[in-house]
Amino acid sequence: METVRKWVQVIIGFLTNSSWSFPFTKTIYQGPLKVICSPGLNCYSCPAATTSCPLGSIQQLLGGLRFSLENGQHYFGLSVFGTIGVLGGLFGRMICGWACPFGFIQELLHKIPSRKFGIPRMLSYGKYFFLLVFVIVLPLVLVDEFGTGNPWFCKFVCPAGTLEAGLPMIFLQPNLRNTLGLLFLNKFVLMILILGWAVFASRPFCRTICPLGAFYALFSKVRLIKLHLDEAKCTNCKACHHVCPMGVKFNESPDDPECITCLACMNKACKFDAISLEIGGIPLAVPDRGLTPASKP
Amino acid sequence: MNQPTRDLRKKRPIRKAPFVVIPVFLLLWLIGVATGEPARVLEQAVQVCLSCIGLG
Repeated sequence: METVRKWVQVIIGFLTNSSWSFPFTKTIYQGPLKVICSPGLNCYSCPAATTSCPLGSIQQLLGGLRFSLENGQHYFGLSVFGTIGVLGGLFGRMICGWACPFGFIQELLHKIPSRKFGIPRMLSYGKYFFLLVFVIVLPLVLVDEFGTGNPWFCKFVCPAGTLEAGLPMIFLQPNLRNTLGLLFLNKFVLMILILGWAVFASRPFCRTICPLGAFYALFSKVRLIKLHLDEAKCTNCKACHHVCPMGVKFNESPDDPECITCLACMNKACKFDAISLEIGGIPLAVPDRGLTPASKP
Repeated sequence: MNQPTRDLRKKRPIRKAPFVVIPVFLLLWLIGVATGEPARVLEQAVQVCLSCIGLG
């Protein structure tokens, strides 16, 4: 199943970045597919991106809200919130585990042999701060003389934008190098720190900073597809704790907002079939190895 | 010995929450589409956002 997940990550990463004419055009894809939001974090200024980033779109729409209202338009970001809300209701953070290119990059970096460290649980609340403040409040509230707000998260934080768009665009359009300054230096250093952190800790950006992950996490209890814990079969052996890339203690918190439904606990750890994938409460078939509470060690 | 587990599976109720949440967000999406938001999203997404990538 892990191989299937990797292939899904590769295919979705390719589908959301399938415009490979940029070495010749020297710019980004400008076709109609960009009206579609990518499910994961994927900068729409990436030269290969064929879809738009939901976070970038929300910030741009909220930043331009006053201007649009003055012109009789009502761009509250509902189409984008609606898109990622439907995805959240269906899959929740399964999107992070299966369909986010930046999550996939972090997973690859974490495979580099090194000493591995955990991430304090308290830091996971940081991503809700970034969602509320950097994605919603600041673009709405801090506006210039024309009533336009900035995409604060993209501008000051997002390492995916620097990696997937900033660096490639500097190489493609040499005149952009004249605009490099403190802003880029800040984002470049942040990107290096986050990518470096990903070598030593599993998915640090997803767990502590990503506002899109925070939004999908809000659906942890109500999403259609999620993992289910059969308490009658669970022995509390804690094997699931050791394989989770997000630091979830599944037997203690089956609806944990951090769970990305990578299925590692179900397939690699649990020997008692206590964990199964369910759709709307209906469990999918799981192999029954004949272990029952009476025969547990 | 496996029979009780099968019974548990049969008795587990269908969760209704996803069937409320998904249509609500689908409605939001429809309202957004009706107000012409996708055209604005497209307008922004086809331009290189210099401030988004830390260059402007």
